[in-house]
Amino acid sequence: MTALLHVKDLRAYYGQVQALHGLEFDLQEGSLTTLLGANGAGKTTTLRSICNMIRSTGSIEFEGKKLDNKSTESIVRLGIAHVPQGRGTFTTMTVEENLQLGAISRKDIKAIGDDIERMYAHFPVLKQRHTQQAGTLSGGEQQMLAVARALMLRPRLMLLDEPSFGLAPLIVRDLFKILGKINREDKVSILVVEQNAQLALELADKAYVIETGRIVMSGTADEIANNEDVRKSYLGY
Amino acid sequence: MELFTNQVLAGIATGAIYACMALAVVMIYQAIDHLNFAQGEMAMFSTFVAWQMMQWGMPYWGAFALTLIFSFVGGIVIERALFKPLAKAPVLTHVAGFIALFAIINSVAGLTWDFTIKQFPSPFGSSPFLGSQLISTHQAGMIGVTLVLLVLLFIFFRYTRVGLAMRAAATLPESARLVGINTSWMIALGWGMAAAIGSIAGMLIAPVVFLEPNMMGGVLIYGFAAAVVGGLSSPLGAVIGGFLVGVFENLVGTYIPGVGNELKLPIALALIITVLVVKPNGLFGRTIVKRV
Ligand SMILES: Nc1ncnc2c1ncn2[C@@H]1O[C@H](COP(=O)(O)OP(=O)(O)OP(=O)(O)O)[C@@H](O)[C@H]1O
Ligand SMILES: [Mg+2]
Repeated sequence: MTALLHVKDLRAYYGQVQALHGLEFDLQEGSLTTLLGANGAGKTTTLRSICNMIRSTGSIEFEGKKLDNKSTESIVRLGIAHVPQGRGTFTTMTVEENLQLGAISRKDIKAIGDDIERMYAHFPVLKQRHTQQAGTLSGGEQQMLAVARALMLRPRLMLLDEPSFGLAPLIVRDLFKILGKINREDKVSILVVEQNAQLALELADKAYVIETGRIVMSGTADEIANNEDVRKSYLGY
Repeated sequence: MELFTNQVLAGIATGAIYACMALAVVMIYQAIDHLNFAQGEMAMFSTFVAWQMMQWGMPYWGAFALTLIFSFVGGIVIERALFKPLAKAPVLTHVAGFIALFAIINSVAGLTWDFTIKQFPSPFGSSPFLGSQLISTHQAGMIGVTLVLLVLLFIFFRYTRVGLAMRAAATLPESARLVGINTSWMIALGWGMAAAIGSIAGMLIAPVVFLEPNMMGGVLIYGFAAAVVGGLSSPLGAVIGGFLVGVFENLVGTYIPGVGNELKLPIALALIITVLVVKPNGLFGRTIVKRV
C-alpha cells in the first residue's frame, strides 16, 4: 500500500509560538485514520498545516506531490476537503447554496446536480431544508451540511476537525455511521480529529495519539483502543 | 399637492444618479468590506475616457462599451497593483491608499483634460419625458438603466457560479478558500465590476452635472448616503436608498425654509449618521439569523 498522505517533520508556528514539534504520520489510501489528543495537543493545527492555513515547515506529500508553498485553495482543488473546527458554514446562504459552494471548483458542472441529490439521500434532513438559511439549522444539521459540503468536492481525502463537537451522542453515532459508509462506498480516505476517542476508535482502522505537538503513539485502532495508557487518559476506564 | 408630487418626481429623477452610484458602492463594499473613497474619481476618469473617444469620432455606444471594458480592466489593475500588496494591512492604511488614489486620479485627469467644464452627450436626449416638465428623457433613461443594472446584478449574484463564489469570498473568506475559491481574485473581480458600474454612473451623470475633474465629489457622498440608507449589503436597498435620498433632499429643500443648495450636503451626512444610529444594517440590509 502507498501512503495517500505523508507528513514528515512538521513544525507549525503561531507567531513566535511553536505548536507542532516535528510531527510524522502517514495516511493510507482508502483508510479512515483518526488523530486523538487532548485540548491544545495540536490536532487542529495539524489539519490547518496540511491545507497551508498556518506557517509551517517540514514536508507534506499528497499522492506523492509536495504541498508546501501551495495556496489553500489550490490544495483543496487537488481533492482535499477540509471540514474545519466550527464547521465553516456559510450561514447567510441557503442549504443548497452551501452544497453548490462545496462543488464550486469542479469543472464537471453537469454532474453537480446529481451529487446534490446523493447528499440529500445521505442526509434527508438537508433536503427538507434546502431553501432555508444555513444559519437556522441546528448544530447537528449544520455538521451534516458541513460534511455534505466537503463531499461535494468529490474529494480523495477528507479532513474532519471534531465532527462530534457539541452534538448529542445519538446524532454523533448517526454521523459516524455515515462517515464509515462514505469511506467504504465512495472510496474517500478520511482523517478525523477527535476528542471523543471511543467512537473514533470504533470507526477508524488506524489511529495516532498526539500530545503537545508530537505523535506519541500509533497503531491500528484496535491496538490503540486496548492500550493501557490510552484507556486511562482518553477512554476513562 | 401638485407641488409635492412634482418635487417627489424631481427627487426620483436626481435619485437615479445616487442610486446608480450607490450600486457601485455596494459592489465594492461586498468585495472588500469597506468603502472606496476614490470610487467617484475612478468614475470621473472613466467618463473622461468615454468623452475622449467621442472626441476622436467614435459613436456614443461604441465609446460606452469600450469605456466599460477599460474601467473593468482598470479596476482590476488598480487592485492588483495597489491594494493586493496591502491585503494584510490595517484599515487605516487602506484609507490612506484610497485618498492617495483619489488625489492621483483627480490630478491626472486635470492635467490631461484641464478643469474647464465640458458637455457630455446623453444617449436619451433631453426633451421632456411624456410631456412632463419635471423629468427629462435623459432622467427617465437613467432610471431605466439603473433598474436594468440592478436586475443584472441580482441575476449574477443569485444564479451564476462566479456570483456565488464572490458572495462566499466576501462573507467568509477562510471557508471560501476551503472550498477552493481564490478569494484574492474575487476581490479583484469586485474592483473590476465596481469600476465598470461606476463608469456607467459617471457617463449618465455627466450630462447633468457637466464633465470636469471634480464632478463626482458631491455625488459620491450622496451615493454613500444612499447605500447606507439601503443597507450596504443589498443592491436593491442601494437603489431604493438612492431614490429615497433624492426625494428627501428635494422635499427638505422645498419645505424647510433656509435650506438652500449649500445645506443639502450636510443633510446627506446627517442622513447617513441617523440611519447608522437607528438602523445600522440600513433599511434593507440583511439581518443575519444566527443560531449558536
Ligand atoms: N491562534 C492561535 N494563536 C496562538 N496560539 C494558538 C492559536 N491557536 C492554537 N494555538 C496554540 O497551539 C496549540 C495547539 O492548538 P490546537 O488548536 O491545534 O489544539 P487542538 O488539539 O485542536 O485542541 P482542541 O481539542 O481544543 O481543539 C495550543 O497550545 C494552542 O494554545
Ligand atoms: Mg482543535
